[in-house]
Amino acid sequence: MKLPIYMDYHATTPVDPRVLEAMLPYFTEHFGNSASRNHSFGWAAEEAVESARKQVADLLGANAKEIIFTSGATESNNLAIKGAAEMYREKGNHIITCVIEHKAVIDTCKRLEKQGARVTYLPVQKDGRISLDDLRAAITDKTILISIMAANNEIGVLQPVAEIGAIAKEKGILFHTDAVQAAGKVPFDVNQAKADLVSITAHKMYGPKGVGALFVRRRNPRVLLAEQISGGGHERGMRSGTLNVPGIVGLGKAAAICKAEMAAEATRLSALRDRLNAKFHQNLDEIYVNGSMEHRLPHSLNISFAYVEGESLLMGINDVAVSSGSACTSASLEPSYVLKALGAGDDLAHSSIRFGLGRWTTEEEVDYVVDKLTSVVRRLREMSPLYEMVKEGVDLSKMQWVAH
Amino acid sequence: MAYSDKVIDHYENPRNVGSLPKDDANVGTGLVGAPECGDVMKLQVKINPHTGVIDDAKFKTFGCGSAIASSSLATEWLKGKTVDQALAIKNTDIVTELALPPVKIHCSVLAEDAIKAAIADYQKKQQQDDKAGVPVGAHAGPTA
Repeated sequence: MKLPIYMDYHATTPVDPRVLEAMLPYFTEHFGNSASRNHSFGWAAEEAVESARKQVADLLGANAKEIIFTSGATESNNLAIKGAAEMYREKGNHIITCVIEHKAVIDTCKRLEKQGARVTYLPVQKDGRISLDDLRAAITDKTILISIMAANNEIGVLQPVAEIGAIAKEKGILFHTDAVQAAGKVPFDVNQAKADLVSITAHKMYGPKGVGALFVRRRNPRVLLAEQISGGGHERGMRSGTLNVPGIVGLGKAAAICKAEMAAEATRLSALRDRLNAKFHQNLDEIYVNGSMEHRLPHSLNISFAYVEGESLLMGINDVAVSSGSACTSASLEPSYVLKALGAGDDLAHSSIRFGLGRWTTEEEVDYVVDKLTSVVRRLREMSPLYEMVKEGVDLSKMQWVAH
Repeated sequence: MAYSDKVIDHYENPRNVGSLPKDDANVGTGLVGAPECGDVMKLQVKINPHTGVIDDAKFKTFGCGSAIASSSLATEWLKGKTVDQALAIKNTDIVTELALPPVKIHCSVLAEDAIKAAIADYQKKQQQDDKAGVPVGAHAGPTA
């Protein structure tokens, strides 16, 4: 087993060697601009791009013409939300999203609010899912867009996208979903989800960084977006800029591999994830899984190790790469807004660790991570005044704390 | 974030982890911070009432590596100091010693608060004992 162990596959994934191999010729040999219509260099590049477009469409159950290539999911989310808000502003100015969306969605909505849009941020229930009743209640005759993620990046919880899509369709409202974490990991079909706009990125599915895509429905309804990057009119005029041909080839290949291997990979990873979870529960008391276990990505686990602070935990496991929702690990010095939204209390957000398993995670690595974390949690609990107080029977919630 | 060698040393080999009997009249306990803020420090001092010198100091901390290191260092410094010397310890001394970056300065502030809270608790206990006329113990001498 090689150290350090990477168990942060929600953050990014390594490029699959098969993906890299597919990309390489497009840096040097087939370097043409896919927009060059009158020579073989351009034709080769265009052919590669169109083949990748088909591969991405196949993964999502879409038509190739419905795929717009972008620089990644942040851009896809910006284009979907800003582009729809601008295009349909005559129809209405109300957007519905939710409090645990990725910042690329939340901050985009906040920007639109400054420009006069009205945005409803739906709360989530204890299990991390939105309530469909809340969604129905939030809809007004001015609602033009619902943007709810397929799977959350911190807790791995899957939202009921098919039900959300059905509500949106019934009301004639566009449905955008950020499917960055779900695409290629669990079955996701744009027609089953009744989605009109879907964001994905290559680097979360074993492709390269800097390339993503936006599915834009062309039929029933035909969705139009105001371009956010102007220029040569590439990508049906929705996203100008010379196409990142090697990146797009990589995204296509990554999508094709995910489609072919998804079922087997999900089975393997959910077994490893369940092993990780079971062993932690055998070893330690007072640990809590954040978010629904039932509606969850197969490779995802987020646990709060109560009475131990996340950054100090990470410091003790420097040969294991995982993430924490602790304030100390974030630039903002605020604990994870996603975990706070679950309502479990800020103290549990400070104590949370996110485990993201992936294509190269082994059982040996899982066992190593469990042993290592268990010993560090035990050591830090010996040092924790909170753990001592709880063991003495003190109710921490009734204490008068001096916040600083 | 990269930690200084001293922070790593205190994190890996914390000095004086543990608890002193909090009902002992010669023990002062400071509990500062809050779980929802991500750090809580419990710092205790045992003071010789004759000499006013801190004989022992212990801590337990829920917090990041820098918070653990700040409290560990504080207990190390406290031992052998008089109450007045202990009260003179400033958070900036801890920042300098541990080379804490700006985002971790609050850890050192918390440690200074914990020292002051522990000593205040000890002084309160001593005054109460004086008022109640209860002898502080066999070792209790005249208090100023």
